[in-house]
Amino acid sequence: MKPIAVTAETLQADALIGLVSDGGGHGAVTAFVGIVRDNNLNRRVTHLEYEAYEPMALKALGQICGEADREWPGTRLAVHHRVGRLAIGEASIVIAAASPHRAAAFAACRYVIERVKQIVPIWKHEFFEGGEVWIEGATANPDDEAARLEAVRRACA
Amino acid sequence: MRVTVRLFARLRDIAGAGDLSRDAPAGATVQDVWRGLVAEFPEMARYESSISSAVNADYARMTAAIADGDEVAFLPPVSGG
Repeated sequence: MKPIAVTAETLQADALIGLVSDGGGHGAVTAFVGIVRDNNLNRRVTHLEYEAYEPMALKALGQICGEADREWPGTRLAVHHRVGRLAIGEASIVIAAASPHRAAAFAACRYVIERVKQIVPIWKHEFFEGGEVWIEGATANPDDEAARLEAVRRACA
Repeated sequence: MRVTVRLFARLRDIAGAGDLSRDAPAGATVQDVWRGLVAEFPEMARYESSISSAVNADYARMTAAIADGDEVAFLPPVSGG
């Protein structure tokens, strides 16, 4: 299994946790699983469709893992993002972070999800009772140092 | 020269396709391709200040020069996670 992937297959959190846990030098593993929620902004959500610019999304995820490694050296990371149609309750993203100690494992995991929302070219199409809408979050700019530092701040909050 | 234009999410919906082939003059920039798209699809104009752009799947500035055969992508604000 690759540590970084964009896939239409069901995500396997336990497999990612196993992937980063291999080795023996890491005393802490954290995982974040993003789940499709049945409501958003008072809309009753029926399902989501995720679209990616895949080659670029893979590069952006690689950049983010590199950044996390510089902030928290020795952390081992894996991140898989789902694309295609997702039902309520399905996982859209799984991030696993292993580190010698818990503080870095928690921080790196949080950092990755914050950065995914900033710079990874993936889009969420929300279908709800009565309509549909493309969710538009952040204007992606990988060189925006203020945004990156905000992700570090949130990771360490 | 000829470039491939990649569009995603709402921009793809507006154009009715995610993959377009367009002519561009020698020396054209990403911005020139975008202006051509807006002329063709005026509804895209409101994305002027919020899009990101890429050339051959790497982030690029709107002022970046493009070459024959390049893949030029326009990315509305992202919403992964």
